[in-house]
Amino acid sequence: MIVTNIETVPGQTIVKHFGLVSGSTVRSKHAGRDIMAGLKNIFGGELKAYTELLTESREEAVQRMIEQARAVGANAIVNVRFSTSSVAAGAAELYAYGTAVVVE
Amino acid sequence: MYDLIFFLVLLLLGYVFGQRAEKSHFRSIIEREKQLRDILVFSERRIPDEDKLDGTLVCGSVVISVDFFKRFVAGLRSLVGGRVSAYESLLERARREAILRMKEEALRSGAKSVWNIRLETASIYKGAQQSIGAVEVLAYGTAVKPR
Repeated sequence: MIVTNIETVPGQTIVKHFGLVSGSTVRSKHAGRDIMAGLKNIFGGELKAYTELLTESREEAVQRMIEQARAVGANAIVNVRFSTSSVAAGAAELYAYGTAVVVE
Repeated sequence: MYDLIFFLVLLLLGYVFGQRAEKSHFRSIIEREKQLRDILVFSERRIPDEDKLDGTLVCGSVVISVDFFKRFVAGLRSLVGGRVSAYESLLERARREAILRMKEEALRSGAKSVWNIRLETASIYKGAQQSIGAVEVLAYGTAVKPR
């Protein structure tokens, strides 16, 4: 599966379009990490636990998007976009979407 | 009275550790930007000579928090309005770090340039009184390498 965020796949032509595919995941962190983050809010600096958490969830969102594309028979996803939104205090939604296509 | 002392201690801790963390972070950013200078980043969508290239998605993200002192200063600033330099440096650090991580991923995949870069900012940690607390910056783009 080729994933890009430009309109085409370099060096190949799009022969079939399947429309939008997307994947999302909502994650929250456990209390221990929250306490550490509270401390970091005093001292400032990177919240490594959150960075890892969001990276993992984003990978999962991309994975779900890829599964959906595979299910419709595509072999590439172009024009991928990400968006993050905090739905509640302590939980974030990661959303990935793109266009499933067949390239040759 | 104890509350006031506690507050002042927090301010002092935030100032000392926050300044130190910010300085060392900027040093490391500048250092790594020099190392990764060979990887070019464009916001252009059309890649020239794209039929000789292979492309793949690369991402880099960072969650970074502002210290207690800066949050206090920003709170004061919002009384009179104007530039909030406390948060400007926070976002600058976050953006540059996210781009660096994206470049590192591009380097690992053997790419020489990254195209159509997008930057996404989200405030994920809502602290007391809906203050910014922490921001997440995500940088992503298409890394290309010769086929």
